[in-house]
Amino acid sequence: MSIAPMPRKISIDPITRLEGHGKIEIFLDEAGEVDKAYLQLPDLRGFEKFVEGRPAEELPQIVSRVCGVCPGAQHMASTKALDALFQVEPTVTARLIREVYYNLHVFEDHLLHFWFLGGPDFFVGPGAPKEARNLLGMVDKVGVETGRRVIETRKRARDLIEVIAGRAVHPVLGLPGGVSKRMTPAIRDDLRAYAKEAIELALFSLEAFDRLVWQVPEYRELFLGDVYRCESYYMGMVDAQGRSDLYDGKVRVVDQQGREVDLFEPADYAKVIAEHVEPWTYVKFPYLRKIGWKGLTDGPESGMYRVAPSARLNVSRAMSTPLAQRAREVYEKAFGGTTVHSVLANHWARLIEVLNCAERVQELVEHEAFLSPEIRNMNLNTPKEGVGIVEAPRGTLIHHYTSDASGIITSANMIVASMANVAAMSMNIQSAAKAFIHGGKADDELLNRVEMAFRTYDPCLSCATHNLPGKMPLQIDLHRKGQASRSLLRSGDGTMSEIQTPSQGA
Amino acid sequence: MSVFEPDIVAFVCNWCSYGGADSAGGLKLAYPANVRLVRVMCSGRIDPEHVATAFREGADGVMVMGCHPGDCHYRNGNHKALRRFRLFERMLVQMGIEAERFALEWVAAGEGKKFQEVTTAMTERVRLLGPLAIHGNVSPKEVTHG
Amino acid sequence: MAKVKVAIYWCSSCGGCDEAIVDMGTRILALRELVDFVFWPCAMDPKYSDVEAMQDGGIDLCLINGAIRTSEQETMARLLRRKSKLLVALGSCACSGGIPALANLKSLPGILERCYLKNPTVVNPEGTLPQLESHTADGYPMELPALYETVLQLDDVIEVDYYLPGCSPSGDMIATALMSILEGKLPPKGSVLLPDIALCASCRRNATKPVQLTIKEFKRLIHVQADPDQCFLNQGILCMGPATRDGCGAPCIEGNMPCTGCMGPVGGKDQGVRMLSAVGGILEGVSEEEVSTALDGIADPAGTFYRYSMSSSLLGSRREGNQAPKEGAP
Repeated sequence: MSIAPMPRKISIDPITRLEGHGKIEIFLDEAGEVDKAYLQLPDLRGFEKFVEGRPAEELPQIVSRVCGVCPGAQHMASTKALDALFQVEPTVTARLIREVYYNLHVFEDHLLHFWFLGGPDFFVGPGAPKEARNLLGMVDKVGVETGRRVIETRKRARDLIEVIAGRAVHPVLGLPGGVSKRMTPAIRDDLRAYAKEAIELALFSLEAFDRLVWQVPEYRELFLGDVYRCESYYMGMVDAQGRSDLYDGKVRVVDQQGREVDLFEPADYAKVIAEHVEPWTYVKFPYLRKIGWKGLTDGPESGMYRVAPSARLNVSRAMSTPLAQRAREVYEKAFGGTTVHSVLANHWARLIEVLNCAERVQELVEHEAFLSPEIRNMNLNTPKEGVGIVEAPRGTLIHHYTSDASGIITSANMIVASMANVAAMSMNIQSAAKAFIHGGKADDELLNRVEMAFRTYDPCLSCATHNLPGKMPLQIDLHRKGQASRSLLRSGDGTMSEIQTPSQGA
Repeated sequence: MSVFEPDIVAFVCNWCSYGGADSAGGLKLAYPANVRLVRVMCSGRIDPEHVATAFREGADGVMVMGCHPGDCHYRNGNHKALRRFRLFERMLVQMGIEAERFALEWVAAGEGKKFQEVTTAMTERVRLLGPLAIHGNVSPKEVTHG
Repeated sequence: MAKVKVAIYWCSSCGGCDEAIVDMGTRILALRELVDFVFWPCAMDPKYSDVEAMQDGGIDLCLINGAIRTSEQETMARLLRRKSKLLVALGSCACSGGIPALANLKSLPGILERCYLKNPTVVNPEGTLPQLESHTADGYPMELPALYETVLQLDDVIEVDYYLPGCSPSGDMIATALMSILEGKLPPKGSVLLPDIALCASCRRNATKPVQLTIKEFKRLIHVQADPDQCFLNQGILCMGPATRDGCGAPCIEGNMPCTGCMGPVGGKDQGVRMLSAVGGILEGVSEEEVSTALDGIADPAGTFYRYSMSSSLLGSRREGNQAPKEGAP
């Protein structure tokens, strides 16, 4: 009888129920216990380079294609970078329209994640059959009526987004100093009516979370336990009162005890944030410059920081709207403090933000300037350099452009939210793998529990891999007229070799 | 070692520039055999798609020739050619194809000498550039010429 | 009746087409009665190994979005072609390269330098770059797929049965196309699943376009505020409408922004040269100087005219050269 050798590596390929491409590699020792696990990002596109030579005003639409799930975030960060590039202040009306649009966008994006992507791990259960762990399984579990309500209410948010910004996937809205389209009384009425519905759905989602997740002891243990926990630094945007603000403000960094270690203006981001490169993945790892990169580890000595809903709650003192603030207080009580290290807490914090966004839409449309025709400030100055920061659904998003005097982009740097979470995701994937995989055995349920470690971050791996590295194996085809074609291969270590190919002729 | 012989395609309008080619012939002014003529009624008839296709199909250089502005047989066909191809030239450079590989010229029916001059100059310019190889990645480098 | 097995996959993609599928809203619940989603990494858990285990032709309909940028994406495209009866290129990236294909205007060394060495936040004194084969700090071997020098469109590597362009196509467009497919109402293979009509046909500003449209010069949107009712071209603002396929209903125009061409070419394969031709036809200038000034308002011809279709450009796309035979070709 032959004994099968203990597997030394388990791959989860691809990871699922998220945005973007990713792969998890889990390495085991001789006893089949997990030693290390890594999250790898295998795709990349090169936005930071190919936007060079494009007219600056085209960038909000081009960079929205970094991500089709959060295109509004890319679009808005880009638009704000253009404000800075052209040194132009958007009009009051433009800012209102942008904020209403943006809050609607984060509202529906967060809802997508809770109900369709991350939530099924709880509603349906991590051990449910693979075929059921998705939005359709969610509908089966909570009932068709609830399922419809969620789908329809979210869809109506997207319809309203289309009214404001032309389209939901890849909006057309932002211009330096303004927006492209004016609002009307009819649109405002629709938004008023919708905001009520949105607040109700947000409250319903919080209640569903409580009933279907928090009140289940087995799940609550996961939230409060050590497997899905990370004590990193935290980063997020806050307004002048220190409240969480998704659209504008300064960026705050706090430590593991919630003490402020940085509060910076967008223009100064490069003094605070640096990026580390590893050869085994295309994504770069942002970290706090003054602490330094210490690897895939947390704690005060490591420059790793996290972003996104629970991080935003950690860095801010309060929510900017009443119902969300109340919901936040319940959350803080449940976790026993204002600095929450539970990684799964993102699922809950996300819903508090959903409520906040809905309330913000309700507030903002009442502003007297919302319907004004003054949607663009045309006093643009000679463009040079600009940084725009917003809080994307998944965290702090930074766009930094330089241009020539005519407004053609000469360079771009983009620090995208999910990049900052990749290190923590990798860390938590490892802790989950160690907790659940033993003796070399890993069934579908156990592997899904490993995936739950990244899913709570609602990662946007298309965002994370916008860039393009090099020294990759390159095949160069040389065609010379009248001669045989030559194919050269430059392999990863830089050596060139020739591939024999049949002649292509003239 | 053989000398590179570029393939040049020249779109010429029936009334002026083809007449110019004819004049050149009549005056026994030789022009390079590298240049193959495609005769159309007017330079305004030539679509940038034709020029792009010529490059794609193996031309190392392409010319478009028409009547002098103001003299177009159809009044303003050559104005359209001027607008289209000045824009085309700007785009060509962005796509990694050297500007010298394309030329828009005005040649009248009686200008046999000019016809000879521009076609010869074009041939020599392109000869120096070498063969054109169109790749997916249109950035100017990464391509070595013979 | 057996349910139709559907797979949805993304190559070098932003996820927007997958979002658009979810934008079918409650129609997804109705589709459930007819369709089994057997593979859809964005929203469902089946993995690559599940696809490999399927029999050839076992997938009835496969929708692939995203451009081909890495060896892994080409491998997956070929695998899915083998396993699928019908295969649709969904979205501009799969149809013609899309936004990722703008990278074809740049060189790989330039890209590497910018991202890994030059960007102001990168701290990389050793000049580390991602490698096809490498090790983690703990010594574990890791592999990454190879990057292609050229961003390709889907039919550069496999035989595609139908095309549904757009960046992204809307939920409505996808629902309509899906229903046609499920009902077997299909045009000849190789067709685009939308009529060959230019955007101007459904643009509500079309009526404001004069019969003889001529413009003196093009203006960039940073210099001018667009009139929300008038044809953009008539205002001297570049709009890709004349060279772009209709089917989207012109939502960008509704947002008071000109069309940027995401529905791909109409009437031919190369969108850029068609737009060039159209522009040449409507400008007014007759002298070199007038024409030059007028054209200065088009600051980036290649990036504007081929924004979503660089892989289909006659002037640069890998059609010849050393390529493996296409999967699914007769």
